[in-house]
Amino acid sequence: MKRQRGLFVLAAVLLLLPLALPNAFYYDIVIRMMINAVVVLGLNLLMGFAGQISLGHAGFFGIGAYAAAILPTRYGWHPLAAMLGGALLTAALAALVARPIFRLRGHYLAMATLGLGIIIAIVLKNEGAYTGGPDGMAVPALGLFGFALDGEKQWYWVFAANLLFSVWACRNLVDSPFGRALRALHGSEIAAQVVGVDVARYKAAIFVFSAFFASIMGSLSADYVGFVTPNVADFFHSIELVTMVVVGGMASIFGSVVGAVLLTALPQALATLEGWETVTFGAILMLFMIFLPRGLVPTLAARCWRSR
Amino acid sequence: MSQFLQFLFSGVTVGATYALAALGFTLIYNASNVINFAQGEFIMLGGMLTVYFVNAGLPLPLAVALAIALPAVVGMLVEKLAIEPAKRSSQGAEVVSLIIITIGASLVIRGVVQVWLGKGTHAFPAFSGSEPIAIGGATLLPQSLWVLGGTALIVVALWLFFSRSLAGKAILATSYNPLAAQLVGIDTQWVLLVSFALSAALGAFGGILLTPITMTSYDVGIMLGLKGFVAAVVGGLGSGLGAVAGGLLVGIVEAMAAGYISSAYKDAVPFLLIFVILFFLPRGLFGAKITERV
Repeated sequence: MKRQRGLFVLAAVLLLLPLALPNAFYYDIVIRMMINAVVVLGLNLLMGFAGQISLGHAGFFGIGAYAAAILPTRYGWHPLAAMLGGALLTAALAALVARPIFRLRGHYLAMATLGLGIIIAIVLKNEGAYTGGPDGMAVPALGLFGFALDGEKQWYWVFAANLLFSVWACRNLVDSPFGRALRALHGSEIAAQVVGVDVARYKAAIFVFSAFFASIMGSLSADYVGFVTPNVADFFHSIELVTMVVVGGMASIFGSVVGAVLLTALPQALATLEGWETVTFGAILMLFMIFLPRGLVPTLAARCWRSR
Repeated sequence: MSQFLQFLFSGVTVGATYALAALGFTLIYNASNVINFAQGEFIMLGGMLTVYFVNAGLPLPLAVALAIALPAVVGMLVEKLAIEPAKRSSQGAEVVSLIIITIGASLVIRGVVQVWLGKGTHAFPAFSGSEPIAIGGATLLPQSLWVLGGTALIVVALWLFFSRSLAGKAILATSYNPLAAQLVGIDTQWVLLVSFALSAALGAFGGILLTPITMTSYDVGIMLGLKGFVAAVVGGLGSGLGAVAGGLLVGIVEAMAAGYISSAYKDAVPFLLIFVILFFLPRGLFGAKITERV
């Protein structure tokens, strides 16, 4: 029961939050926070447990978003089938890339995913016949059981349920045998290998899993916004996601949520300082890595625990 | 044939810049095992600062000298203010943390230039005119000769530095075994600082040479830096000779693909190349076989 306390707190916050949201604008911001939170959860499993960075997660998000746009409009797929199709395509791509890279030592994944992300963005911009090119394209509405989702308030509950489920799933994953192997890997790769953990396979699995997550959220967010542009697969979007993980705390599940909330709110606060966004994100990354390398949530948790 | 020659010229020219960037990656990687994501920003700084100083009325040689010196200072600042404190912190910086720090540094540099010098695209006139030279039916810009000559000069200078000077040998020793280097009295802290300064200067120099041909803006650093990294990996990360060969190879493959296949996908080619290399030659062309002790 105690273990689930955090989950109950999150559920309570999500239930009560609509009472505090005055209008659609705020709903929209909270929805964006929740979308980012789920993508960051997936990315955090990779960064926190496998000790690898993906700088191409926006690319996976982009594949999901464009699958939600292209498959229903041009091929008549049901939006849910499109979402699954996009996610499977993303997972296959991630698996194809992961195997050879994780066999290598060093940090090739960061660069390989960066390259992959850039290739995806280039394809989205250039294949205008399918993707609408740099102008983007409209996404057909997502209908469930003959009932079309419409408006920020309905979408809020979809994303809230989604976030709650993802947090629950990630926590269970971390506590499962699979998660134990991952944590062993995080502690000492060599030791994990010695007790029989297939390091490359586990790292690849978590990478594929987090890419799958990102793609699903890409589809959902495209359905919600109703429009996609190649900017969703932008390099800066990938950086934002990595920053969220770092700020919230690597290998911390609730840290992912906190990081996503804080850094989604940040650009709203910076809107008056045009051009300084890049500098701010860069400075936050450096300062956190130097002074608070474990991130907000784990650091605070450790402090509370000590003072008790 | 003349078309092939033309593509070859443009590939070798841009490849020389990738080679300089790759050498920068190699230097820092050898000294600290850090992959410096800010390397591309030094290339951008070289070009942008030269434009700024030339427009401010300075003579070109002085502008170039300043545009090499300033990025070197920035490189040292990054090392002193970010890499060193992180390495010293109790966590014992993981490689991931160091990579994230250099990503942060690159964003800060790019953002500051964007705010300070704007988003426009700039260039300055070529060093010795822009009258193309005809060779075998193809043409070559005089600036390309500057790029190739400059790169060749740097490669020779670096080779002399590493094989003949005490400072160069100290850096090499550190890259082989930092602890042993420290034991024989090499200041490894200093080696790290010099590596950052040197690789920033290398990148900036490449950026300056290339700018009259390809133009520059605040955001060219990402692509150039990445391709420099691809070059370093293709050549075998950590190998100086590999960096130069990798740079030229990446430049030529990119130019051929742009010419014969599709210019819209030109920027995707180096990344496809890196996947091919990682699949079939995971150590790169000249990478050493590493056996690691636990």
